[in-house]
Amino acid sequence: MPRLEEKHPLAIRWFHWISFPLLSIMIWSGILIYWANDIYRVGWGDTTLFHFFPDGFYNALNIPQRLAEGMALHFFFMWLFVANGVLYVLYLALTGEWRKVLPDRQSFRDAILVTLHDLHLRKQPPPQGLYNGAQRIAYTAVILMAIGSVITGLAVYKPAQLSWLARLLGGYPMARWEHFWLMMGFVGFFVVHVQQVIRAGWDNFRSMVAGYSLIPSKEANLENSK
Amino acid sequence: MKTPNDEAKTRTRRAFTTMGVGALAGYGGWAWLRSRSPRAPEGGVEWPLRGVLRGNEKVAQVYFSHDHLAPTFHVSQVDPARKNGDVGLGDDFEPQQWVLNVQPYGGGQPNQVTMAQIRALPRFEQVTQLNCIEGWTVVQRWVGARLADFTAKYAPNSTRARYVGMQTPDQAYFVGLDMPSALHPQTLLCYEMNGADLTSDHGYPLRLVIPVKYGVKNIKRIGNITYTDSRPEDYWANEGYDWYAGL
Repeated sequence: MPRLEEKHPLAIRWFHWISFPLLSIMIWSGILIYWANDIYRVGWGDTTLFHFFPDGFYNALNIPQRLAEGMALHFFFMWLFVANGVLYVLYLALTGEWRKVLPDRQSFRDAILVTLHDLHLRKQPPPQGLYNGAQRIAYTAVILMAIGSVITGLAVYKPAQLSWLARLLGGYPMARWEHFWLMMGFVGFFVVHVQQVIRAGWDNFRSMVAGYSLIPSKEANLENSK
Repeated sequence: MKTPNDEAKTRTRRAFTTMGVGALAGYGGWAWLRSRSPRAPEGGVEWPLRGVLRGNEKVAQVYFSHDHLAPTFHVSQVDPARKNGDVGLGDDFEPQQWVLNVQPYGGGQPNQVTMAQIRALPRFEQVTQLNCIEGWTVVQRWVGARLADFTAKYAPNSTRARYVGMQTPDQAYFVGLDMPSALHPQTLLCYEMNGADLTSDHGYPLRLVIPVKYGVKNIKRIGNITYTDSRPEDYWANEGYDWYAGL
């Protein structure tokens, strides 16, 4: 007989699915703000390989001329974003769930195996558990990036009253640059995350909604006989 | 007896239903928020967003202090000047006839203050950033009188007011300031910029320099100053920007 295995507690699932629209709104409203001074690029000297962002991108997403709206939204939803994040971290800390998320000594070695496996350079699947090494590193990095976004965001928001913080981050323009690249990091995470969820399949996706994993009978029997 | 497969089906149905309802509720909340109209006096943005901007203002004021100074720089770090706005800087202006009209708190007789009187106040020089609300910043060297000193001399008792309003002579541009920010030691009535008198583009003969606010509050060519308890109108707040705009 197949059996159900509890995978994600209810609270984790709520935190996960609430953070998704909140982070999306923070990124989108942030781009509405960034548009007004869109100075970042990949390049050197007079050579620009890529400018953030091309006009086609702005126009396709209806970004231009919405600075005031972007700021009002950003400074509204920041409270919800921070509240959700603080509760999530507290939950991890108080329930001991953090043990499943933070990388351990094995994680960095495992993460290399995961990467090799995913790039089809290594056949043998890496050790999985609830989260494999690469997942632990990625999910912990996202938490750190969120904390970094709040800190750099505060320095951009109040560079005079919090001038000590802006100075610590290298000054106001630097804090704004850091805030931007943390956002890009979230976008990069999102792309890889969605791709990996698709690869992992239905049972894995369902577990982030319904909480359980369905272990097929063969494996279940095998584990029972151990 | 319920098989694991049955239980899985039930739990999946329940969980996805919950998620669907949650998503609908979230979308409903968003649709509600974005369909609220602005409310007077400040327009341009849905009233719940404006309400939170006001709440953020209260939070910021708890931490605000005259001891929290905007960063200062060395003269060698001064950037080229950058000009953004020209509202209120029309050509029909006679600098020779300029005086500053001051309406003290409580509705007493308005005062007229000359440039010579402002220059006679203690002179302060500072090299600070002008942070545009668009996201860029330039380091500039400013010279002027502290608005706090000016107020003490030409509008005594007016520090009891909650707000300060300023307008250009043609009243086309106008800003509102909370009193604590107006009295901040780095808030200057400025008449020299980067080692020379202000140019017309930058508000000759007198402009505000207030590093604890975004550039939009640094009004150029001040024509009148009013001390009041009613929140003064603000040009960019009317367009949907935060009235407080504090840094």
